[in-house]
Amino acid sequence: MYVAVKGGEAAIANAHRLLAESRRGDVSVPDLSVAQIREQMALLVDRVMTEGSLHDPDLAALALKQARGDLIEAVFLVRAYRTTLPRFGASEPVETGAMTLRRRISATYKDLPGGQVLGPTFDYTHRLIDFALAAEGEAPVAEEAEPLADAAHAPRVTDLLGHDGLIEPSAPDDGTPPGDLTREPLDFPADRALRLQALARGDEGFVLALGYSTQRGYGRTHPFVGEIRVGTVAVEFVPEELGFPVPLGEVALTECQMVNQFHGSAETPPQFTRGYGLAFGQSERKAMAMALVDRALRAEELGEPVGAPAQDQEFVLAHCDALQATGFVEHLKLPHYVDFQAELELVRRLRAEHAARHAPSETEMKEAAE
Amino acid sequence: MPDHTPSPAETPDLAARRAVMALCGAARAEELRDALAEVGTPGEPEDLRPPETGLVMTRGRIGGDGRPFNLGEATVTRAAVRLASGETGFAYHLGRDRAKARLAATLDALWQRPELRAPVEAALAPVAARRTAEREAEARRIAATRVNFFTMARGED
Repeated sequence: MYVAVKGGEAAIANAHRLLAESRRGDVSVPDLSVAQIREQMALLVDRVMTEGSLHDPDLAALALKQARGDLIEAVFLVRAYRTTLPRFGASEPVETGAMTLRRRISATYKDLPGGQVLGPTFDYTHRLIDFALAAEGEAPVAEEAEPLADAAHAPRVTDLLGHDGLIEPSAPDDGTPPGDLTREPLDFPADRALRLQALARGDEGFVLALGYSTQRGYGRTHPFVGEIRVGTVAVEFVPEELGFPVPLGEVALTECQMVNQFHGSAETPPQFTRGYGLAFGQSERKAMAMALVDRALRAEELGEPVGAPAQDQEFVLAHCDALQATGFVEHLKLPHYVDFQAELELVRRLRAEHAARHAPSETEMKEAAE
Repeated sequence: MPDHTPSPAETPDLAARRAVMALCGAARAEELRDALAEVGTPGEPEDLRPPETGLVMTRGRIGGDGRPFNLGEATVTRAAVRLASGETGFAYHLGRDRAKARLAATLDALWQRPELRAPVEAALAPVAARRTAEREAEARRIAATRVNFFTMARGED
């Protein structure tokens, strides 16, 4: 069997060379640069960063190039890369209330301090293919306007509701560091911080479908988009040797505050409850879906009946990671020759036994003849 | 680590130092190279810690204002240098630019010499000006997408 192994090696090496050539595609078409991917496939780059759980736009763009645009393969590359790096520590929690906004909308209040700012959005476009993009041309120039005086201060919608006690307050920071599923394997039941970490890196399609399922009746949560904000926040880190927060730079984030109904209980007067979503870059669909599923996963905590898939944290958290899912599904295509040989032997033996049981015996044959 | 790293209490103006650090983080490597050339380095600084890329776990807060949770990691590159005169400088930046981190650490060390504080800040002024111009232009583009609601008069009157 050693010969077969050698043959496999050559085939694998050649397959990888063929992959490299195929990745490049038609050489008469200009090569795509990493910067082009970063700038012009920005939302895909954001998704690779979010699901790869690693903020680095250039790296995500490079991973996409290497993966030929295969999102989950790019996530795989990014996740593999991060395992080669030391962990310096954890940042101070980012202050999304102080975000430099690119977009900020609310479906619950028309008039808000700071206003409703659409920013760069696909909303309200006609979704007609723009053939002009297929032709080379001048880059379009955005309109400008004088920012209004209150533009710099945009309090969270949940803060506005919170002043009147109409919405539950967030659980206060008691100083305990949050669990980290990249350090400790996920254990059930997982607290909300761990659930949010898992959902943040979870597959957008899976989380979206689960969020959708709650809207269709599998664990209803009566959601309103309290607010979606997209923009940049400063990240700070306290190095041990310095002992003060060092500004690392800015990252782009999308935050979704979902406002959900709650009927109250003997102890709690009726008030709105919350679902929360946060993702790297402009990842609005992901942040919204995450907020829906976050709220659904709080069913037990809020005394709601638990039964729908989106409310089952073991089901949701154990299956939301695209890399884990693809690893287990795709491993099926790897050689299982020995396993299958064993199964084959077993089926053959069972068939033989079955045949022996059901074959007419000699006495039966004689009786039938008479 | 060096024994003479100033503790926060000893640092005369932490806010000013952090502002310089933030500017260095926002700068491009060429801009830092230009700034350093302008200030001038008294001898090649010694690497206390060669530039190194690692990870910082970025944390958010549940609900934006509650308990922290781990959002995802970010690549961060750090460097630490010591000047011949003894000052130690540090840099921690998002991304993987090792050369830039070392330049920033050098500027941080130079800034700690009282007579060089103003020259370092002046050399970084173009970065600040570029950042301000970019932010203002962005704010103007974003402001043009702000919704002005108006109510249509409906009915008899």
